[in-house]
Parts: sequence; C-alpha cells; structure tokens
Amino acid sequence: MKFGVVVFPGSNCDQDCVHVLRDVVRQPVVTLWHQETSLRGVDAVVLPGGFSYGDYLRTGAIARLSPIMRAISAFANDGGLVIGICNGFQILLESGLLPGAMLRNTGLRFICRFVHVRVERTDTPFTNQLQQGQILRLPIAHNEGRYTTDEHIARTMTDQVVFRYCDADGQVVDAANPNGSIDAIAGLTTRAGNVMGIMPHPERASESALGSEDGRLIFASMLEAHAYA
Amino acid sequence: MNARVYITLKPGLLDAQGKTVKSALDALGFKGVKDVRMGKYVELKLNGAKAATVKADVERMCKKLLANPIIETYRIELVQT
Repeated sequence: MKFGVVVFPGSNCDQDCVHVLRDVVRQPVVTLWHQETSLRGVDAVVLPGGFSYGDYLRTGAIARLSPIMRAISAFANDGGLVIGICNGFQILLESGLLPGAMLRNTGLRFICRFVHVRVERTDTPFTNQLQQGQILRLPIAHNEGRYTTDEHIARTMTDQVVFRYCDADGQVVDAANPNGSIDAIAGLTTRAGNVMGIMPHPERASESALGSEDGRLIFASMLEAHAYA
Repeated sequence: MNARVYITLKPGLLDAQGKTVKSALDALGFKGVKDVRMGKYVELKLNGAKAATVKADVERMCKKLLANPIIETYRIELVQT
C-alpha cells in the first residue's frame, strides 16, 4: 500500500509520518510537495501536523488553497483514504472535507502531552483494528484544538465521531478534555468514512521507545481497509 | 478605494483570548470592563471605485477566505481614497 505524505511550507511532522509508515508499518511512502497537482498513484494520503503557512490567518486556511489540495479533494470524493493529523485535521476542516472548525484551546496554552482517547467507532478504515470503547494513549501538541460546529452543522452531523478525549478509565469527563472541544471530539470522519481528522499524533506513538504503540493500530487499520477494498 | 474588514468570533463562542485580556485589565484596576472580544482587522487597498462592486468583492473575499463563517462574523467598511 503506497502512502503519500503531503509537505506544506511549515509542516513539521511529515518526516515522522514517513519514518513510521516506511520503517515501522513497512510500506512504500512518497512525499508530495504542496505545489504538485498529481498524487502519483498513492493509495492513501497523509496530511501531517505542523504549522502550514505559519498558521497565518487561521490554521489550515492557506494550505487548503495549495494545488495539491485540489487533487486530494477529488481523491477523497472518489473514496480515497485521507488522514489528517493535527494541522492536517485543521486543513481538512478549512477545506470543507470535514465539517466544523477549530478554535484556540480554552486554556490558551499550547498543550503538548499524552492524553487518552476512547474509540467510538470500529467500522471505519482507520479503526477496524481497534475495539469499541478501547482506550488509546496518544500525544497531542496543539494550540487550536477546540473543535466546534455551528447549529447547521450540528444538525446535519451523524455519528461521525471516531475518537473522544477521556480519562484513563475511558470516562468522557470535562477534566479529561484538554482543549474544550464540543462533545470531547478528538477525531472525526466523513459520512462515507474514508476521510478522518484526528488531533492526537498516532505517528508519535507507534514505537515502544516513544512510550506508546497505540497509534500504529490506526495505520494498521488503513492497511487492512486497503487489503479488502 | 480602501476597505476595512473587522473579523470577530461569533457572539456565542467562548473567546479565550478576550477573556484573558479582560482579567489582565481587571488586574490593572480597570474595573469597568464588562467583556472583551478579540478579533482581526484587515485593511485592503482596492482598484475599484464603485462602492457597490467593491463591497460585493470584499464580501466574497470574506466568505471565501478572510473569515470562517462557522466561527466568525465580519463587518466591512469602505473608505474613499
């Protein structure tokens, strides 16, 4: 399964994603520069974390206008697998591929630490190797992670929430919500399920040396989904 | 013609930055501050001279890029130059 990791000016988790996909998940990976117009035949696209375009205007607002995003939209609308991690999630929101928007964390701090998230759905290409209600330990690193919607979106959303922030016992409580996201949303998919945004970084938690291997299960799920596509 | 665009978070949304600035003002002894909302200010220099056309253009710029309609509202002021 060939992965394409998109690189915008200001991306800084692109090489972490390349490393995990190539050396841990052991799949072919190419990097796709934001100015490219073709996805070069990849089977899945990764929009990595970082600060694309310096977070100017709003996080992800400028990146979504990059030439590569047009190809990614077409790919996603055609059923292609797209995962947006952290800034990648913000780009998916700004591009309209996922519903909603991100606001500054309620505590106004850039938060960089491990959190727990609860698996809310296992019938997606990103979670088929996980158990319903399973608790993953993944790191977050963001300043704008307070997911929100407006009334119109809230009305039209179905059960698209894939991950919720929770405590170590899997309880979704305010104290375990690091950034003030509505409904403690940490990960969200499209109705069709082939596009997912996730604020925590699975690529930073895919090797035991880094304190957690839970993130690897998300990439393993993508492999499984591709194998049976 | 110039345009001034004021972008703020929608009224219902918690403005964490504004709230923090309000407590800082409180700390400085400014007791009369009831609320602070932070936002963005964009100044545009434009070629057009016809107010209606320019306003419609800036309106489109706001909808397509300058503001995110899910979380923000905007107000446009035109200034003759």
